[in-house]
Formats: sequence, C-alpha cells, structure tokens
Amino acid sequence: MPWHRKDLITLEELSLDEINQIHATAAAFKKILGRSVKKVPALRGKTIVNLFLEPSTRTRLSFDMAAKRLSADVISFDAAASSTTKGETLRDTAENIRALGADMIVIRHAASGSPLYLSNILDIPVINAGDGAHAHPTQGLLDTFTMREHLGDLRDRKVVILGDILFSRVARSNIHALSKFGAKVTLVGPSTLVPRWFAGPGVEVTHDLRGALAGAEVVMLLRIQHERQATASFPSLGEYTSMFGLNKTRAGWLNPRAIIMHPGPINRGVEIDNDLADGPNSVILGQVTNGIAVRMAVLYLCSGGQPENVIG
Amino acid sequence: MSSLWIQNARIIDPASKRDATGDLCVNDTGKIVPALSPAAKKRARKIDAAGLVACPGLVDIHVHFREPGQTHKETIATGSRAAAAGGFTTVVCMPNTTPPADNAGTIQAIKDAAARDAIVHVYPTGCITAGMKGQNLAPIGSLKRAGVVAITDDGDCVQSSRLMRSAVEYAKMFDLPVMDHCQDHALTQGAVMNEGIMSTRLGLRGWPHAAEDIIVSRNVILSHYTGAHIHLQHISSKYSVELIRRAKSRGTRITAEATPHHIALTDAALATYDTHFKMNPPVRTEEDRQAIIEGLRDGTIDIIATDHAPHTDYEKDREFDFAPNGIIGLETALPVVLDVLMRRSKFRLPKIIDLMTRRPAELLKLNAGTLAEGAPADICLFDPAEKWVYDAKAGQSKSANSPWHNHPLSGRVKYTIVNGVLVYGNGKLDH
Repeated sequence: MPWHRKDLITLEELSLDEINQIHATAAAFKKILGRSVKKVPALRGKTIVNLFLEPSTRTRLSFDMAAKRLSADVISFDAAASSTTKGETLRDTAENIRALGADMIVIRHAASGSPLYLSNILDIPVINAGDGAHAHPTQGLLDTFTMREHLGDLRDRKVVILGDILFSRVARSNIHALSKFGAKVTLVGPSTLVPRWFAGPGVEVTHDLRGALAGAEVVMLLRIQHERQATASFPSLGEYTSMFGLNKTRAGWLNPRAIIMHPGPINRGVEIDNDLADGPNSVILGQVTNGIAVRMAVLYLCSGGQPENVIG
Repeated sequence: MSSLWIQNARIIDPASKRDATGDLCVNDTGKIVPALSPAAKKRARKIDAAGLVACPGLVDIHVHFREPGQTHKETIATGSRAAAAGGFTTVVCMPNTTPPADNAGTIQAIKDAAARDAIVHVYPTGCITAGMKGQNLAPIGSLKRAGVVAITDDGDCVQSSRLMRSAVEYAKMFDLPVMDHCQDHALTQGAVMNEGIMSTRLGLRGWPHAAEDIIVSRNVILSHYTGAHIHLQHISSKYSVELIRRAKSRGTRITAEATPHHIALTDAALATYDTHFKMNPPVRTEEDRQAIIEGLRDGTIDIIATDHAPHTDYEKDREFDFAPNGIIGLETALPVVLDVLMRRSKFRLPKIIDLMTRRPAELLKLNAGTLAEGAPADICLFDPAEKWVYDAKAGQSKSANSPWHNHPLSGRVKYTIVNGVLVYGNGKLDH
C-alpha cells in the first residue's frame, strides 16, 4: 500500500499498517546509519524548517540530524529568536515560512492542537514534534520501534508507563501506538498525575506500583517535571521517589528480560536509580539512536517518498 | 407612527396565557390594543402572518456589546441589530467593557450610546467590584441610581466569599439582583475546556465542573443566609442543576440561566480544536447537557440567555489555548432552542417562549415580555419550521464567531417590532 499522508499530527489517526510502514522504512534507514557514509540523497534540494516554539534540545537535535542524513537543507527557528515573541500570530509565521519557499515544517509548540491548526493552513507537510500534552508522534513511533527490536511482536505484552501521565504527550502517543499493536498498557503513578480518564480498552490505570510492575516486559519512565511542582500534584520529589521511583528492589518485580525506557531528560535519583539507568536492561540510549532513523522515515514518507524505494 | 395590523398569526403570550390564531393590533403610540378602529385599520401597516408565530419580543439578560472600549468586536449599534435579527427586543449588557462599567459615568455613556444607536431596548448592568478586580465593592448605590438593572462581575467570578456576602447584602438594600459567573479560579488555572475524557484525549487543560459546583453552593448558601437574590449565570454542570433544585425546594431566592450552546453541544465538538467551541464555562458531557434540559423543564433553571460574546476572526483564529472564550448567539438562539427543546426534548412552544420572554423580563423586573393589552408593542414573528443555512459572516453582529456558521437551522425570525415599529423584516433591517 503506498504512503499517502503529507502530515504527521498524531498516532491516533494512523492505522497499524501505516505504523508498520514507518517502522519498516526506519529499519532500512537504521542500516544506513550503521555505515561509514551515513548520508543518503533522498531529500536533496528540499528545505525543512524546524519551528520550535517551545524549548527543546534532544528532539530538535534528532530532527536536525535526521534531515541532514537525508541531505535536506535545515533552517531552525526557536521561540526566543522568532517574531512570535513580538506578537506575530502562528498563522502569519506559517505563511511567512511558506512564502520563503520551505518544503516542510517540523513544529514543536506548547499549545495542544497547534500542528493540526498549521496543517489546515499550509499545503506543505507538517510534522508534529510535540504539542502541549496532546501528542508526540515520532516519540511514540521510536519507542514502539525500540520495543519491537527487543521483544518482537507486542501483542499481549505488558507495557508499564510510570510517572507524570497527565501532562505527558509521550504517554499519549505511546498509548495510541501500543493499543494498535495489541499490547496491554498499564499506567501507574500518583493518583493526581494518572487520572481515571485514561482507562479504556487495553489500558489499565493503577496506583499500585508492585502490581503494575509484576511481570511487565517494558517499563517506560516519564520525567517528573519540577516546574509543575507548584500545582501541588504530590508533596515532594523525595516522597515521589520513595513511592514511585524505580530502584533495584522494584525492578526485581519485572520480568527478568524487561527493558527500561525513558524519553529523557532523566532526573537521576528521582524517577530512576543511577544503576538502573546505565544497567543492562536500560535501552535509553538506543531510543535516541532509533529516534533518528524513525524521524528520517517520517520526513522521507511525508515528503512523498515510498517505503519500497528504501526497504529494497 | 402608523398603527400595525398583524393578521392570522398564532399568537403565543405566556404572560396572558394566550395561544390562539388571530390578529394582533398595535396603535399609533406603539401599544398593544385589542382591536383597531375601521379608520385605523385602513391606515395601518399590515403584515400577513399566516403560518407564523407572534410572541413577545425575546428578552436576553446576558449579552456582551463591548461598548465602550472593545468596539472592534461589537458596538451597541451592531449588537442591537443582531438582537433584532434574532427576534430579541430587550437585551441586558454585561459590564466587562473597557473600562469596566463600575461607575455612574460609564453607565451613562452606555445609556447615551443606546439611546443614540440601539434599535432594541438595551439595559446596562454594573460591576460588583471596582474595576472587576474582586477586591473592593463598586459604588453599587450610584450604579443603581444611574440605571443598572443588576450587578455582576461576569467572566470574573468574585472569589472572596466575604466580599460576595457584602455585595449581596448591600445590593439587597436596593432590590438589585446580583448575577454571578460561578467559577472557582484555583481549580481552573489555565483551563480551556471541560475536564474529562475529551480533555485528556486532546491534551488540553480541564475545567472541572466541581469549580462551578463549589461557587454555586457558596451562592446558594449566601442567598439563603442573607435573603438576597442571586442569579446564577450560564449553568453548565449536572451537579449544579441538582444543587439549585434543592435550594429552590427550600425557598432560597436563587435563579439560574442556561445558554443555547450548553443545551445543544457537548465537549465532543472540540475534537478538531475548533475555537468556535471554546467558551467559559465550557460545554460539557451529554449527561450535563441532558440535566440542564431537565432543569429547564421542571423550572430549576428559570430562563434561556445567550451569553452573546463577540470576538473578531483574527482573535479566534489562533492556537486553542490562546483564543478568547465566547461565541455570538443572538441570531441563532431561537432556532437552536427550538431544535433542542421543541423537536428533540418535546417542550411545548409556549413553554419555550416563556423561557425567552416573560421569565427573563420578570427576573430583572423589565417592562417587557408580554403582549397584554397596553404593553409596549415589542413583538417577534417567526416561522417555527423554515429551514435555512446560517451564514455568520452575513449576519448583523460585527463578529462571526459562531459554531453554527454554515449549519442548517430550522425556525427563522421573520419580523421584529419594537414599540410598534418594524425594525427587522424578511432578512433586512427596516430602520
């Protein structure tokens, strides 16, 4: 089936087939990344604009790297330098970028729904690099890609997402992707950060860490966001760590082959013990590497490339 | 002024318990009369109203006409024309203008503008607190003397219970109702839509109904304690409906309103982040929507009010988080209410008209809302079944921020008459 989307806004709207296509394309690109010459000419002559209206380091670096590996020209705007701080509307910013002749926009924005808004204005591809608490589709794609590398088929696998789910676009995108793969998702954390509304078919909400971790094959930790402490969701980082931090004892409740994931940046000693973050079950740096391959696949497909031309 | 002879209408006037087909006559001083003399009949302007309903001009006690200070969104001139096009002949303006209507001078400026520019009756309200800041009482006595029909900090609920208690106790001395937008700010920091499954899915900050329920409870208690009349604006939550029902059963002087959008829409409509569904309080779940309809049915909720809240296209055309709250409603209220209450919830037409005429007029003691003999001839003539497509951009309001833009509607206002003068007829302003 040929690829037909120009935008990637959320995984909710993708079919399992489409996710498989992205993963297969990413796997092919990952092989290329292992060579001594890591660059392919797939997007030569195309200009990609990274419109990052919310601070980001790793996602932006990853998109930057992915675009360069595809030989695209990359221009980056960020919040501080852009005219949005001077009161320009997102529509005006977008239309200016189009007038400059960009071929694709990658957007990161603190307001949920902004990439969808942008894609309704622009006829060039719009890739969501994270919008508010709504979606971070390339993260969901790279996380499930990483899980499949380690576990194979994800059907009926127990995947635990632990931490600040309420404000997490990473959790939401993973939930959508994992549900499509038929995995059993357990969300766990303090009741103030894991609201009951997440529960649904294939998704369980619990506040019992031991029950959640028992026999799980994947545990994904989410960063506890210091800056949201003011909302009084839990008493202190110390109490969080004592109740929900992942340590050696608690890791012992997992399936012995379980992988430990984290989208970064990590608060060592808060949501995860130092040893575990660097331990044999951790795939945290593998996620970063896979992120480039997955983002290459997304940029390539949404700009009109077809999977079979890469997968070979 | 010539007299007016409206022929063969179905005349519905809940205030005089009238529902019959016949003629409605207006004399040359703009008053309803039982009949015209043969000579007057000859000179009278005639309207063939066969198939139309004639009812008292609609009354809306919750509109934002943005004057003074935000006249890029709406003015008293354009707002009153939108009212006329929607069948409304009496409206009550909220005081969250720039500057806020918290002093007699601003109230006089609004009244002057209304006298000069309005084509329907426009009444002002004043603020509860100075500058609508929620810190100190506004000069409520002076506001009353300047002509306000109620006080409210609409849009910015008074958070301090002590201040609210003073406000209602003090306003009671002037027999002035206090209208409150019920919202606990601490529970709604950054909130942009109803909190629930939908906000979780969309990743938007939720506005829990508990934030409304808490202030509704507070107001019920303060009303009971002081004996003051508190009117609860745009109720959006099922639990609040139940609180009001219980309060009324104890005889507390609480009244409440519901908007057309809270009885027509749910938060499912927000799936595409369309800012034309962003309002405060937000539209909630099907359960809430049904509870509000049942509240209207049994009298727990007293009236319909639109919360007509104009914003320009460039203000609404933004990221969902950054767009202002509110939608316009005057030109769609009647068809939307007919659809929800008459066709889908089996309300009888006189009951619906009561909710939009006599009861809101009584609530604020306005001289409006009836076709009784001698009353000012404020009349709405509408076709309850006509199908049409609403084009907000072609409407009379200066703004077009409506969720019903380009939607088919059933029921259409044909003529609006104010003091015996035809101000709107067949899609055109006649003024």
